[in-house]
Amino acid sequence: MQEVTATSRHYVDRLFHPDPQKVLQGVIDMKNAVIGNNKQKANLIVLGAVPRLLYLLQQGLSSSELRTECVVVLGSLAMGTENNIKSLVDCHIIPALLQGLVCPDLVFIEACLRCLRTVFISPVTPVQLLYTDPTVIPHLMSLLSRSPRTQDYITQIFSHCCKSPEHQTVLFNHGAIQNIAPMLISLSYKVRMQALKCFSVLAYENTQVSMTLVNVLVDGDLLSQVFVRMLQRNLPIEMQLTAAKCLTYMCRAGAIRTDDRCIVLKTLPCLVRMCSKERLLEERVEGAETLAYLMEPDVELQRIASVTDHLVAMLADYFKYPSSVSAITDIKRLDHDLKHAHELRQAAFKLYASLGSNDEDIRKKITETENMMDRIVSGLSESSIKVRLAAVRCLHSLSRSVQQLRTSFHDHAVWKPLMKLLQNAPDEVLVMASSTLCNLLLEFSPSKEPILESGVVELLCSLTQSDSPALRVNGIWALMNMAFQADQKVKGEIVRALGTEQLFRLLSDPDTNVLMKTLGLLRNLLSTRPHIDQIMSSHGKQIMQAVTLILEGEHSIEVKEQTLCILANIADGNTAKELIMTNDDILQKIKYYMGHSNAKLQLAATFCISNLIWNEEGSCQERQDKLRELGFVDILHKLTQALDPNLCERAKTAMQHYLA
Amino acid sequence: MAELGAGSLLLGDPAFNYQEAELNERLKRLYPAVNEDETPLPRSWSPKDKYSYIGLSQNNLRVHYKGHGKNHKDAASVRATHPIPAACGIYYFEVKIVSKGLDFLSSLLPLSPIPGWDKHSYGYHGDDGHSFCSSGTGQPYGPTFTTGDVIGCCVNLINNTCFYTKNGISLGVAFTDLPPNLYPTVGLQTPGEIVDANFGQQPFVFDIEDYMSEWRAKIHGMIARFPIGERLGEWQAVLQNMVSTYLVHHGYCATATAFARATETLIQEDQTSIKNRQRIQKLVLAGRVGEAIEATQQLYPGLLEHNPNLLFMLKCRQFVEMVNGTDSEVRCFSIRSPKSQDSYPGSPSLSPRHGATNPNLHSAGADSPTCSNGVTPPNKNKSHNKYPGVSSASSSSSSSPSSVNYSESNSTDSTKSQPHSGTSNQEETRLGENDSEMEIEAEHYTNGVAENPSARIMNGTYKHQEILQAQDISLEDSCASRQLCGGNQAATERMIQFGRELQGLNEQLCREYGKNVTHKKMLQDAFSLLAYSDPWNCPVGQQLDPMQRENICSALNSAILESQNLPKQPPLMLALGQATECVQLMARVRSGSCSFARVDNFLH
Repeated sequence: MQEVTATSRHYVDRLFHPDPQKVLQGVIDMKNAVIGNNKQKANLIVLGAVPRLLYLLQQGLSSSELRTECVVVLGSLAMGTENNIKSLVDCHIIPALLQGLVCPDLVFIEACLRCLRTVFISPVTPVQLLYTDPTVIPHLMSLLSRSPRTQDYITQIFSHCCKSPEHQTVLFNHGAIQNIAPMLISLSYKVRMQALKCFSVLAYENTQVSMTLVNVLVDGDLLSQVFVRMLQRNLPIEMQLTAAKCLTYMCRAGAIRTDDRCIVLKTLPCLVRMCSKERLLEERVEGAETLAYLMEPDVELQRIASVTDHLVAMLADYFKYPSSVSAITDIKRLDHDLKHAHELRQAAFKLYASLGSNDEDIRKKITETENMMDRIVSGLSESSIKVRLAAVRCLHSLSRSVQQLRTSFHDHAVWKPLMKLLQNAPDEVLVMASSTLCNLLLEFSPSKEPILESGVVELLCSLTQSDSPALRVNGIWALMNMAFQADQKVKGEIVRALGTEQLFRLLSDPDTNVLMKTLGLLRNLLSTRPHIDQIMSSHGKQIMQAVTLILEGEHSIEVKEQTLCILANIADGNTAKELIMTNDDILQKIKYYMGHSNAKLQLAATFCISNLIWNEEGSCQERQDKLRELGFVDILHKLTQALDPNLCERAKTAMQHYLA
Repeated sequence: MAELGAGSLLLGDPAFNYQEAELNERLKRLYPAVNEDETPLPRSWSPKDKYSYIGLSQNNLRVHYKGHGKNHKDAASVRATHPIPAACGIYYFEVKIVSKGLDFLSSLLPLSPIPGWDKHSYGYHGDDGHSFCSSGTGQPYGPTFTTGDVIGCCVNLINNTCFYTKNGISLGVAFTDLPPNLYPTVGLQTPGEIVDANFGQQPFVFDIEDYMSEWRAKIHGMIARFPIGERLGEWQAVLQNMVSTYLVHHGYCATATAFARATETLIQEDQTSIKNRQRIQKLVLAGRVGEAIEATQQLYPGLLEHNPNLLFMLKCRQFVEMVNGTDSEVRCFSIRSPKSQDSYPGSPSLSPRHGATNPNLHSAGADSPTCSNGVTPPNKNKSHNKYPGVSSASSSSSSSPSSVNYSESNSTDSTKSQPHSGTSNQEETRLGENDSEMEIEAEHYTNGVAENPSARIMNGTYKHQEILQAQDISLEDSCASRQLCGGNQAATERMIQFGRELQGLNEQLCREYGKNVTHKKMLQDAFSLLAYSDPWNCPVGQQLDPMQRENICSALNSAILESQNLPKQPPLMLALGQATECVQLMARVRSGSCSFARVDNFLH
């Protein structure tokens, strides 16, 4: 319990005076007493001033002056600590103030809105409170035209209370765009700025809003032109940055083309400028994140950004906080630096990841930046989860480069921290890390060997059992890459560790990607004759069953093609061949696919038959006879006339074997 | 070099002239601080400063290579006609690669076969994307460029850096610590290479104006936030003093007093002295120079005797005003009362105005009808009675005498109803002063100026006369048909006699002080007026413009102030002049920020 002073008590007591004039004076005195005095504010709250003020505020008999002063005091209390806000919200200040907005008195409305604004912009206030009464939003929209102040406060409330696609939709449906757009050319900078912020929140990842925005006219100008004007370099940074965000979100939603001049020559350069050393740390973080988001899907934008104002080198500065100088000279600066250091690093990693996601030259440029690989490696083991995630995203982006996998990745042994990261990490980190691992396990990657030796198989097998489809894909994908041209030992280990049961479970996975990669794994396992025969001798029955099932099921062409390729591999084995030759059902299916309308499937099926009739040892005659009986020769004959040159060639080769 | 001389070839082409005008306008807008008389801007490649392997065409904007192009020794370059003036602040040009040879080198700055390889030369090469700074080894800088690309080069003369652009995208700083006097340059090395320059002929691909706006904002911010620290109070006192002295200098007596009262400051000069000065100034501005001389001699004995040059200037002016018919020495022949006047054409807005009311004005107005009555009949040519400004006045001056009469008496009547016909004063209102006198003046002003001339038909003493400052006085002048000395024979004789006296004075001055070219010229110009039948529309007719009175007026004012040991120029004007001069000096010492710190940016 806080210390309650007599004076505070006195202020509260005066609120209960029978003479309304005295009460008014009491409220005014209270207002003057609390301004800038957090202790006084806390005292008054503890002493129960809030319910009484709310009572006076809602009391129909109160003069409008008294009611206004009450709201002003409440607003002042809200300006204090987060605890104050909590107390106010607990006293149901929000419904009371929202109710007050119905009053015709503009001064009173403005006071209410100001107070609501202060309450709603606090992180402790549940934003849902704005949406509980469905009449509130339309009423707020109608108040937008009342004065520049109502515009300022209401747009601030909207900006802070729009946290989900549902909120965006509610505001959109109540005409937020039409009501707020004219404010972009308001005479008041504040109003323009708040309207702009509101649009950035509304448009974020929202196609509906973005598509509408692009057609809105403000005083004869398209909204995008208005935003572009706000990018002008002589305007405040806050405005440039927020306008760039709006344009970015509209672009990502497909409302503006990525090759539009306003994106290439205006938005992108503006965001690059936001990353420069001259900007505040917060601005640099926001600028880099927005830029990363803008160019993520577009390689041309990535190429342009990579040559704009030395961006790649500029980002290296993001890792220099806290700088060594600041530690000694300025403790306040050090504190500031430390606070933003993580944010800066993660933003830089994100931007590097986006920059390097497609273009080989850019990746090279990034890895050649001073200490870049070391920074990523240390980023992978940072305490901040955000930094770890961003670092692994960056690593993943760079791991798409064959050259980098062969050189810098191996030189810096990035697999080590990556493996460590995989041991115990939240799903989102795990997805990125395992995806990166897939690339590191590609056969040409020199890191493949040491990773194998580190006992990665168990880990990957456990990933395939995850609930997350992305993790299952990555797990099986990595195993697939690992099995490619692997030796018997590795393949045996994979089969043992994964277990046939899990393997077959994956073959019936609802996610097509998982199915494809599992088939890919099977195909990689079933390569070179001894391996084929060995695996088929132990798991032949189940594999044949699974193959039948997939060929009978409703699957895409790609899945079926992959499955037929597996059959072709099986047909290549010495003993494994018999598993097909003795299975008439499968043979009929192969025949069916040889006559399929899709050339890829025809080719795969023909491959399979071609392997079966391969003339190498004694038993081929028997197989050839059986296949002739089943009508395969006729089909092959027909296929020699096929339009597809590959198919035609394959069929001819097969026929030659028959003749031999 | 067959392509050269394109400039003269196209000189008669109207399209070319149009382009030229457009270019001039664009350059003026981009680089408003550049004084092209001192430092011309680059507008094309120089046909003189180029290697022989370089060919120019299309107004010297297109460059093509015509050498062998076997190795670096065959590289050649051309530079622009002029170096980049520092007063540009930020300079920009673009080059479009029309056709790329095998190995292209485009870039900036002094003439060397390959820009960037020689001392004090800087370049950005298209073949490898490297930047070259005074050496043959490049630094990785930007992307490579090829046919169709537009490469821009921006020199920032404020921080002495340079960056290039490719297709409108800034590639970031390429060089720092650049030396002054760089030339736009382009270098080519292989046959088939063609590039087109854009020094402002076309809109740029890169938004250079946006970049400039950032620097303008930066520099304005720097000026606005200039730290004054402890000296805040000191600064306020200085500013107040500046305003006060300015008001006093120009004799805004009431405003100055009110200002002094509000700011609790003191005025150096006493009221009477201010009013005296103002009175003399008004006389000069009214073209009544003779009276002004007389008043000066009376109020400041010895002043003109010690300033023979000033006296000579005044006398010369007096002669001109005699030709004009405004000086009292000639007026006296057309008007019975030697010192009364029909009108005093004030000079337009620039001249100082008097804010004080005149206690005798009312009676002056009341006296006027008699004067007016006496004047009208003998005065055949009313046209030179300059009604400061309005339609009724100008129509009367061009119509028959009777209508003039009518207009005169009419205006006299209105004078009666407008006893406050003092100065109309916009200046004071602008200064934000609001004492009652000014309100009256403002009221008067809205009542219309047409009536005012007759308000100045007064009795003999000029002391009570007020001068009306009408904006459109010159219009009045131009549409009226005027005659020498008001067309009066006696007046003309007096003028000629005065001319002889003036000649005598000149000779006397020559004897005492030696020959004075300025005097001689002044005298010549003044006498030349007589050589024309219509002096107002002759090559030297400019002298008759009332605007010309301002210089002599302020010279006289300054001389009086100096004689009273007061500053001859108000500190405000001095400061303004210093600031302007300082900015110009910055341009000369190549401090680029001058382009964004222009004094007129701060004057509204």
